[in-house]
Amino acid sequence: MSEFEPKIIAFVCNYCTYAGADLAGTSRLKYPSNIRIVRLPCTGRISPLFLLKAIQQGADGILVSGCHPGDCHFTSGNLHARRRWTMFRSLLDFVGVPKERVWFSWVSAAEGRKFADLITEMTENIRQLGPFEQARQLIAEAQLS
Amino acid sequence: MARIGVFVCHCGENIAATVDCEQVAKRMLDHPGVAFATDYKYMCSDPGQDQIRKAIAEHKLTGVVVAACSPRMHEPTFRRACAEAGLNPFLCEMGNIREQCSWVHEDREKATVKAIDIIKTMVEKVKRNNELAPIRVPVTKRALVIGGGIAGIQAALDIANTGHEVALVERDLSLGGHMAQLSETFPTLDCSQCILTPRMVEVAQHPKIKLYTYAEVEEVDGFIGNFKVKVRLKTRSVDIGKCTGCGACWNKCPSKKIPSEFDCGLGNRTAIYVPFPQAVPNKPAIDRKNCIWFQKGKCGVCAKVCPTKAIDYDMQDEIIELEVGAIVTATGFQVQDTDIYGEYGYGKYPDVITALQFERLASASGPTSGKIQRPSDGKEPETIVFIQCVGSRDPAKGLKYCSKICCMYTAKHAMLYRHKVHHGEIYNFYMDIRAGGKGYDEFTRRAIEEDHACYLRGRVSKLYPENGKLIVKGADTLSGRPMTIAADMVVLATTSVPQPDAAKLAQIIGIGYDENRFFNEAHPKLRPVETATAGVFLAGACQSPKDIPESVAQGSAAASKVAGLFSRDELEREPIVARVNETTCAACWGCYQACPYGAIEKKEIRDRAGKLIRRVAYVNPGVCQGCGTCVAFCRSDSIDLDGFTEKQIFAEVMVL
Repeated sequence: MSEFEPKIIAFVCNYCTYAGADLAGTSRLKYPSNIRIVRLPCTGRISPLFLLKAIQQGADGILVSGCHPGDCHFTSGNLHARRRWTMFRSLLDFVGVPKERVWFSWVSAAEGRKFADLITEMTENIRQLGPFEQARQLIAEAQLS
Repeated sequence: MARIGVFVCHCGENIAATVDCEQVAKRMLDHPGVAFATDYKYMCSDPGQDQIRKAIAEHKLTGVVVAACSPRMHEPTFRRACAEAGLNPFLCEMGNIREQCSWVHEDREKATVKAIDIIKTMVEKVKRNNELAPIRVPVTKRALVIGGGIAGIQAALDIANTGHEVALVERDLSLGGHMAQLSETFPTLDCSQCILTPRMVEVAQHPKIKLYTYAEVEEVDGFIGNFKVKVRLKTRSVDIGKCTGCGACWNKCPSKKIPSEFDCGLGNRTAIYVPFPQAVPNKPAIDRKNCIWFQKGKCGVCAKVCPTKAIDYDMQDEIIELEVGAIVTATGFQVQDTDIYGEYGYGKYPDVITALQFERLASASGPTSGKIQRPSDGKEPETIVFIQCVGSRDPAKGLKYCSKICCMYTAKHAMLYRHKVHHGEIYNFYMDIRAGGKGYDEFTRRAIEEDHACYLRGRVSKLYPENGKLIVKGADTLSGRPMTIAADMVVLATTSVPQPDAAKLAQIIGIGYDENRFFNEAHPKLRPVETATAGVFLAGACQSPKDIPESVAQGSAAASKVAGLFSRDELEREPIVARVNETTCAACWGCYQACPYGAIEKKEIRDRAGKLIRRVAYVNPGVCQGCGTCVAFCRSDSIDLDGFTEKQIFAEVMVL
């Protein structure tokens, strides 16, 4: 029985977290390869629909990460993202999507190590939680009908 | 019909060692829409770029994906190559299979699978890219330099000498920064003020430089080529237009016992004062907190004796607005007054001082006219102990980084002391000696061999007073013995830290800073004076601890970047801007409120008779920075971001 490899999709901002991920690369830090990064100019660009689409595509875990509050390259995009996130969390809760599968973080362009540690932690966490069966079942049912 | 070309780079062994590039290229040929796929050792090289250009022509490609390093590295390179081949540069995307794949994963199979996934997302994105043309915006050919220390002075002079206007905003009363406080500079032992003051005067007299001292930047709006900056001109209570700098006021001021900031508390100044005799501008200001007139309503002597009636007690702060095209941040550093090491007694024992305070003692125009004397009793110290690395290189209690300049200035202080106290004893507790500059190692050797400073490799565990002396207990690791020295004065080389409000200023300007609050450069190796924010540059110790030659070099480097920016009348901006579908826009103004730049305008749609039918949102492409916050906000899907459209992002997610 091969180990379960979770599918993790991350929506990150170009100026902070994407740069931080690049820094992790230049520093040759290692983290699990399950993650797929979608680059956006700013976390403010992120619509909750993207996250839902990711779940629909079979993601077992989702990450949203951007600049620290006050440091957004576009001044306030990450603050909008944070507000949207708070509402979205309530919605997910209401719908029954476990909060542990959807992560939100601030990673700056200087925090390569933090990024690597975050991905490692998240991958292991999601691996423990197992495949997101609930979502897959719902999708399968929807496709049948 | 999409015809995408995929180019997989080996980057030597950087990618190829972990990702099977040949395999990846082969697999991509099977992906719908891919008309051509190949792999090559170095895509960014000339032959590599040639391959792209040839393929575009031969295979009539409608889009290009280069799978290699991070787009933050080479996106401009490959976009240029595509443009040269006649393909719109915005039909080119990069797949990051190096920084975010081959460099961070070890399993070859998994990394190869991931690389394929990454390229697939980029292929799907580029299929939906629009041809975009760069937006042209005018450039205001005036620069703002924040900070009037040596780095800011150099930057301002260099920019002004290219013929462009400069506004130099300095927070303190005078130009000069910390260099003005120094006695002599290493490694030449040049008199610091002698080499600095001519530059300060040049700035003040330069026809292209507008100098604002005692002024602070409060707000920065806009973007490269078009910044609008609000500056607060703090009130001196003196009309510098009328003031001649004659000194009658500060000579007669009765409040004489205010600790002087310039002398680091070792000397006093008056309430109406000029920080040091060579100040530029040499005009005083009233320290209202310590002025008897402002605190108690009595005195007013300065106004009475002023021959030109320049004193104005009713003066208020003034806010002015500057329009500039580029900003150079040169705000420098502070020397930490450290009491985090209680065992060194700084703040408790008056004869334990910081290196900057020692500099003021040694300075000919300092509080003791250049005599080295103990703050406690004014006697000349016969035994002096220097302690290096107080707070630096200490992850446990202090800061992790090296402050860079202390090994050199401690050697300098040892030499200054020796030149003034011929028979004194000098001890220096160090961890390592970092003297990497030109003539630097020879300089430290001079301190040891010619000026007989006793260098002890070890730390000091504590020091305490006894019989009028300070007993210093340390170690000499090279001889393996503990050392106890009865010192008359102890000088601490404390950490160089950024200004206390550096983070706040960074947020005002919109640049990043690291965990130590030093400002972030765009790339640590290749772009040391640029920031991630276009149009904002760095110079000097605000970026990281550095000495005078490096600060000067960075000042000139930043100036050259500004001159390059100003060499054209128009700037080409990346056309990653938002666009409104006016048919479906409901004018709810969510985007209008969300936009941090005010790029959304309320556009009126009128009929032929001129009657207002409705209003819709309109994005000013010259102002929009392309963050996309408005897009996520829109309730009716009426606004989209070119370059990161809804369709593109969904397509990326759906192919995973």
